[in-house]
Amino acid sequence: MATGYGRIARDGLWDNNGVLAMLLGMCPTMAMTTSATNGFGMGLATAVVMTASGGLVATFRGYITQEVRIPVYILIVASMVTLVDLTMNAYMHDLYKVLGLFIPLIVSNCLPLARLESFASKEPVMRSLADGFFMGLGFTLALTAIGAVREIVGAGTLFADASLLLGPAFKFLELRIMPENMGVLMMILPPGGFLVTGLLVVGKRMIDVASGKSIQMAGAHAV
Amino acid sequence: MNQSSIYHGLILGAFCLGFGLVLALTNALTVNDIAARTMEDRQNSLAAVIPDSIHDNNPVTDTVTLKDRDGEDLTVYRAKKGNEVTGVAYEISGIGYAGQIKLMLGVGADGRVLGVRALAHKETPGLGDKIEIKKGDWITRFTGLRIGNPPIEKWKVKKDGGQFDQFSGATITPRGVVGAIREGLVFFDKHKEQMTQPNTPQTDNEVR
Repeated sequence: MATGYGRIARDGLWDNNGVLAMLLGMCPTMAMTTSATNGFGMGLATAVVMTASGGLVATFRGYITQEVRIPVYILIVASMVTLVDLTMNAYMHDLYKVLGLFIPLIVSNCLPLARLESFASKEPVMRSLADGFFMGLGFTLALTAIGAVREIVGAGTLFADASLLLGPAFKFLELRIMPENMGVLMMILPPGGFLVTGLLVVGKRMIDVASGKSIQMAGAHAV
Repeated sequence: MNQSSIYHGLILGAFCLGFGLVLALTNALTVNDIAARTMEDRQNSLAAVIPDSIHDNNPVTDTVTLKDRDGEDLTVYRAKKGNEVTGVAYEISGIGYAGQIKLMLGVGADGRVLGVRALAHKETPGLGDKIEIKKGDWITRFTGLRIGNPPIEKWKVKKDGGQFDQFSGATITPRGVVGAIREGLVFFDKHKEQMTQPNTPQTDNEVR
């Protein structure tokens, strides 16, 4: 019984969003969302790891026995993270200087592990790739949104340094919303991460309630 | 040990072997590029504290290793013109509001500060991070000064009776930085001979 692609996309992006619905991967969420650009970059790196590891686990799922599946999943996620880490260090060095410290954190992010256990271990390769991709994309959107709110309120800018991440063509994204020194510093500090994440989770649920969807308990779909 | 646990162990071992090979291959493919990037980074941070005009060598590869106050190895990068050492640069550190502040200090052969730049710190964004050149020119005020100008007892922030401005809302960060530079210059005076002797046996430049 394979899950349809539409369902996979809706789950990843909104219904079962890794951050806003399942509240997984809170460590990189708090640490990396001091600006929209940082959140976006961290999200993309995670999406790459999730897509690759989802595809690999689905490919080998016939050989991974129940008893050793968790170490094998961790091995696969850790290998993909190391691959991304080395490749970024060598070929995307400016971005690596911004994100480098946090790439290894993807290993400890329980979102990839949760998706391998609950999806990729049971579904075909293409659908597992799609699940990894959309879950990663949903993670990226959530991190970018949290980062954007924290950056606007905390520093008065939006997408600062986006050209470092995406190339000079994206310079136009870098906006100054408020004059310098107007920001509420706390929003960039750790408490701001908890506040904004909490508010966005509430916001998502309010939209779900208003549109008549039943509310799923957070984590009900995890592991 | 029964047969099935051997079987599971073999599966896990096979995966470890496979991914280990993939990682070894990736490492072999990227190791040269990563070393080149590390070298560029170091060159950039040195270029900011040693003006191009005073050297014709590559300070990144011309180093001596000394023992710092705590007995740790300290790599000193040397700028040379001809065979004469015209300046040196080395990493110094001070304690700020949120832990260690790492700085790169460039000192001329006459003991004057050629330049200082923050390499890494965890100071509060918007307050303590004004020590970064990106966020303000505070860090450039040390250029050209040395121990004696001002005298060593004035190498402090104003709040401690010295001559350097703290910035509004942050005293601990500038105190850490000023202190680190003072100690760095004292270190230079103490080891001037070793640092500026042109023919000190060279340590091989290993970029990690």
